[in-house]
Amino acid sequence: MFSLIRSMWLVFLHAFHKRDTYQYPEEKAPLPARWRGRIVLTRDPDGGERCVGCYLCAAACPVDCISLQAAEAPDGRRYPGFFRINFSRCIFCGFCEEACPTYAIQLIPDFEMAEYDRQNLVYEKDALLINSQGKYPGYNYYKVAGMSISGKEKGEAAREEPPVNVKSLLP
Amino acid sequence: MARIFIDNTPYEVKEGKNLLEACLQLGLDLPYFCWHPSLGSVGACRQCAIKSFKDEDDKKGRIVMSCMEPVRDNMRISVNDSEATSFREHVIGWLMTNHPHDCAVCDEGGSCHLQDMTVMTGHSYRDYRFTKRTYHNQDLGPFLNHEMNRCIQCYRCVRFYKDYAGGKDLNVFAAHNHVYFGRQQNGTLESEFSGNLAEVCPTGVFTDKTLKSHYTRKWDMTYAPSVCQGCSLGCNISAGERYGSLRQIVNRYNGEVNGYFLCDRGRYGYEFVNSSQRIVHPAIRPHHNGSASREYIIGEVAARLKNGKAIGIGSPRASLESNFTLRQLVGAEHFYLGMSDTDHDHTSLALKILHGGPVRTPSLHEAETADMVLILGEDLTNTAPMLALAVRQAVRQVPMNEAMQQVHLAAWQDAAVREAMQEAKGPLFILHTFPTSLDELATGIHRDAPDNLARIAFAISRALGAPVNGSLELGETEQALVNDITAALKAAKRPLIIAGYGTGCDHMMKAAANISWALLQGGGQPMLSLTLPECNSLGLEMLGGHRFDSALAALKNGEADTLVVLENDLYRRADKHVIDELFSYAKDVILVDHLYNQTAENATVLLPAGTFAEADGTIVNNEGRAQRYYQVYVPKGEVQESWKWFLQIGEKAGVQRLHGLHNLDDVVWAMTTAIPALAPIAKLAPNADFRMAGQKIPREPHRYSGRTAMLANESVNEPRPPEDEDTPLSFTMEGYRGEAPAPLIPFFWAPGWNSPQAVNKFQSEIGGHLHGGDPGKRLLEPHVNGSIPFFTEVPQPYLSMPGHLHVMPLYSIFGSEELSMYTKGIAQRAQDFFVIYMNPEDIDEWNITPGIWVNFHIEGHAYLMVAVPNHWLPRGIAAMNAGLPKSQIIDLPQCIRFSGSEVTSTF
Amino acid sequence: MNYWWIIGGVLFVLLNTAAGLIWLERRMLALWQDRYGPNRAGPFGLFIVLADTLKLFFKEDWIPPFADKVVFVFAPAIVVASVLMSFTVIPFGPNIMVADLNIGLLFFLAMSSLGVYSIVLGGWASNNKYALLGAMRGASQMISYEVFMGMALMGVVILSGSFNLREIVEAQRKIWFIVPQFLGFVIFLIAGIAETHRLPFDIPEAESELVAGFHSEYSGMKFGMFFIGEYLGVTLISAMLVTLYCGGWLGPDFLPGVVWFVLKTFVFISLFILLRASMPRPRYDQLMEYGWKVLFPLSLLNLMATAAIVLSLK
Repeated sequence: MFSLIRSMWLVFLHAFHKRDTYQYPEEKAPLPARWRGRIVLTRDPDGGERCVGCYLCAAACPVDCISLQAAEAPDGRRYPGFFRINFSRCIFCGFCEEACPTYAIQLIPDFEMAEYDRQNLVYEKDALLINSQGKYPGYNYYKVAGMSISGKEKGEAAREEPPVNVKSLLP
Repeated sequence: MARIFIDNTPYEVKEGKNLLEACLQLGLDLPYFCWHPSLGSVGACRQCAIKSFKDEDDKKGRIVMSCMEPVRDNMRISVNDSEATSFREHVIGWLMTNHPHDCAVCDEGGSCHLQDMTVMTGHSYRDYRFTKRTYHNQDLGPFLNHEMNRCIQCYRCVRFYKDYAGGKDLNVFAAHNHVYFGRQQNGTLESEFSGNLAEVCPTGVFTDKTLKSHYTRKWDMTYAPSVCQGCSLGCNISAGERYGSLRQIVNRYNGEVNGYFLCDRGRYGYEFVNSSQRIVHPAIRPHHNGSASREYIIGEVAARLKNGKAIGIGSPRASLESNFTLRQLVGAEHFYLGMSDTDHDHTSLALKILHGGPVRTPSLHEAETADMVLILGEDLTNTAPMLALAVRQAVRQVPMNEAMQQVHLAAWQDAAVREAMQEAKGPLFILHTFPTSLDELATGIHRDAPDNLARIAFAISRALGAPVNGSLELGETEQALVNDITAALKAAKRPLIIAGYGTGCDHMMKAAANISWALLQGGGQPMLSLTLPECNSLGLEMLGGHRFDSALAALKNGEADTLVVLENDLYRRADKHVIDELFSYAKDVILVDHLYNQTAENATVLLPAGTFAEADGTIVNNEGRAQRYYQVYVPKGEVQESWKWFLQIGEKAGVQRLHGLHNLDDVVWAMTTAIPALAPIAKLAPNADFRMAGQKIPREPHRYSGRTAMLANESVNEPRPPEDEDTPLSFTMEGYRGEAPAPLIPFFWAPGWNSPQAVNKFQSEIGGHLHGGDPGKRLLEPHVNGSIPFFTEVPQPYLSMPGHLHVMPLYSIFGSEELSMYTKGIAQRAQDFFVIYMNPEDIDEWNITPGIWVNFHIEGHAYLMVAVPNHWLPRGIAAMNAGLPKSQIIDLPQCIRFSGSEVTSTF
Repeated sequence: MNYWWIIGGVLFVLLNTAAGLIWLERRMLALWQDRYGPNRAGPFGLFIVLADTLKLFFKEDWIPPFADKVVFVFAPAIVVASVLMSFTVIPFGPNIMVADLNIGLLFFLAMSSLGVYSIVLGGWASNNKYALLGAMRGASQMISYEVFMGMALMGVVILSGSFNLREIVEAQRKIWFIVPQFLGFVIFLIAGIAETHRLPFDIPEAESELVAGFHSEYSGMKFGMFFIGEYLGVTLISAMLVTLYCGGWLGPDFLPGVVWFVLKTFVFISLFILLRASMPRPRYDQLMEYGWKVLFPLSLLNLMATAAIVLSLK
């Protein structure tokens, strides 16, 4: 009984504490680097698109708000022919970023995306693709994948032997 | 039945199987790579290891490969034994050492057996930290993509391609840890069954190249159970759609029909669905040469049908429902079969033989079990490809059974059985004018003019006891062949006789029927398989209608002035001048079709019809098996099923015969009541109100993605998903998640089994029937009452007419079928349409320069062609590639006159 | 004429108070949780009440297809009606009361027990298992606490010798009953919280267990009615506490009686909100056990002691 009254008293005392609230928008809140906000598509160190159109982000998305079409460029790189995120559905859970095998899709600390027209919340690739490597500088998927693209032939990726000479009988 | 103990639980399993099959059949998850239900076991991958115990007291046991171990009574094994599981995990760890980090860019991902098995064994972390082996890839043509780095050396590809399908140009090269699976050099894979490598390969070495051009993961596609429209065999397929275009065809297992495989025409011939030549909006000429609204057009068409002078032309490539509704719309007396007259003759003969005769026509699966095959005038690889694959398996029956008896092997011990058999083949005889790809397996081959071949066949039937009139004087070699074949037929337990439309000579079918009937009369158990030109030829014939040439007569004498054409390019049904004349008499041509073709150019009203992927319907294959295909997706524009157009027109025009019919079930009901022969179709598949646990069967996998974004570019307000009132399938991912009844399975998937190998969870016996029986209902069963209606008339020996050529059709898997030619890869592999093959001596005699345009005359109409010498053809016989687009001489075989004038100009 | 003015005035003040409590509660909770609460719409965020009301009006008025439609619509009306009826007997000032019943206290007890119907019917009509569970909890909780709520009040009746609330207030001119009846006051306070199913005794709603309990299926203004009913209940219990134990409108003469009444009521309302801010919700069985095994004997004890003392003083 006493503890109840004591806790009521302690709660009452909070009336005289300092407020924790940030008075947004006059006062901006400092966001941590891993804040899960607006989704972007990043680029490789060599400037190419990181997204290879593997559809894993779309599959991971619990609200199914990502849709894309994989395509292959003449140089052998895969890329999304279109990439669309319906932010009016997005719940910023970050599963897409977690599922992405190429670090292409990333959530950044920007949440100020409000629109008067819901249609404007549908972002296409030109609005998603940024000119940066985002949180994972230096990573290049094709340097660890076995597929050859122009500029990276078979056997030139990290930890790869040169291609097998089928005609050789040497051990 | 044998009793075995798996982890101390007793199970009843079938004897003679291997333990892997037994375990899979019991629903246990056991990983494997090199074993395939159709290819048998070789014990190469070491992945299916289990523990086997001597007896109850044996606690130690020993590791064995379950695929190599036959089921024995009172056997004790353990699947979950820790040593066995860690063995399996290590094996996959080794297999994965060189597997690249490719899943994101690999087309197999999401339906990959290697992914499934890796997850199943629990190998979740790569221990190997050294360098990986790499390979150069090859260009394998328009159908398959090659990425050798991903190979795990299971040897399934060469075992399928060489051993099962008889391909020559895929093999394994090099040695030890860098074996290479590919061709000797870059180039298109020659086998007509190469596409199966994409499904046979447990990982992404061979993947579907047409899918790659619009790549979609398995989990993202909307699937529906469908039936291939490429030939008369009716193989079961699953068609997958995304973003409004058809993306992929995969095999849909049917134990009776196609089993695990498809031919390349069936697998890749789907791109016409996405063609830019699709008719999407209704149009009316000349007033509204653009599109018009659906209601307006239906009103217009109904008005044009009012005077009762309309005739309907059906189509062997349209469903029974569409043909039936057209027949009801114009009246049975105004319904014409849209087949060429030769096709009509063949199909009605085939129906007569199958319906009135006493011999059963086998399913493809039964054909595989034949121990003697006689092929009369058919190049099966090109006219009924999967039947050729079945024949390849049938010729193994005799030596395989011998080997099994001599060395006590089971059929699934693939390597051992093949070793014991060596090159031995069972009896296979082929009588055909041209060489065929099955010739390499044949015991005896004879090449001659079709009529002469038919005479040999009649002689065989007479030797077997069939009553045949007329003289059958044969040469010495022919008579020896007759004796050989007769002896082989008599010796065989289940001989299979195959004939069909391949030579255009109906005596072949008659002789085949005679042979099989005579065998039956002599106490044998023969099977008779007849190939037919198109996917629903037999169904259309069962529906019944007038001959095509009488349609022209009806127009000419003024009985009719309006044509209603159903899914048919009439320019493929008769020679160009005939159809031109037909259209000149028609006041109105109302065409319901999906592609803008030559007939569409002559149409006054165009109604967009759904293709097999956008329509529900039933077709009947050459076996008389009615099979239902289901709409995969709702197309854009005004496209709808042909039968829906006819129902709507009928309602507007107040046609009493169509009154009260609104959906598929109604049409099927009306059709089966009107035509008793089609009655079993009513029980073909569950009705539209069928529900499982109160829910529909979803067409989409439960991981289907992007639902709230795929249409967001048009409007952020998501539209209500379309509803399917015709079938128990739903167009969304919502619905019953368990196993659907066999005719309604849109795609094969089971928890932990994302690849097509999941099918083992749906079979009542591995490699056997699906649960609840394979889909499809046979409409024709042998008729054995009274006397057998033998064909007694013998054809006359072939005599060449001076100045004339008897032109035979030359069918090709790539090119002869109308719709598959819209696939770029298939068109690439097709022959030229203007080529005429002739005997070199004929060419010499008539002073034709090979390779130069020459005029040929048919009934006064000149056609330009290029002669190519072919020494297989007898004198006076020529051959043309049948069915190619732009072909002008259609109704083959026919006699054409050579005018002798060379033309130097080109098209 | 005067009569109608009082009814109108009471209704107006009450309904606005209930609505205003939305704002008040949110502001005060925020105060005790180191936040600001609604502070954007209008001065001090007061217009949030308008915004909320507008929002409730524009919500889809959804009746689930599986619900018992008639009962589903009636249930929220009952809660508001029964609480408003209770207010008829409360003396806001020496002459400001709607009905000067000589059994006013009994009338209050009767009316407040009627409130349980809305919860039971609402939960039942929703045809939803969470709603039904909430309704069952509500029924047992409210009926149980009703018993010793009445018991506790008997002490006041003995002291004042009347069921008439005006007379009870008059009887407190010498000393507020909170002093002689402190035990009764505490029991009535606790029972009152339970009666209004306010936190910590919001067991019929119990968001973390039952979604929203008996009103899970309600939306729009029907949900709003439950909402208003709850705030009216809070006001009612506060007003009763003031009337029965804290001298009603009595107070120093520099302010009119009604103002004293309002001020005292406000203090109790604040107490309710403070309780919500600080107390965790007990388990259902704990609540019942506490009621029957502790509060019920205590209220009997209080009744007997009061009776004995009054008798001995006579």
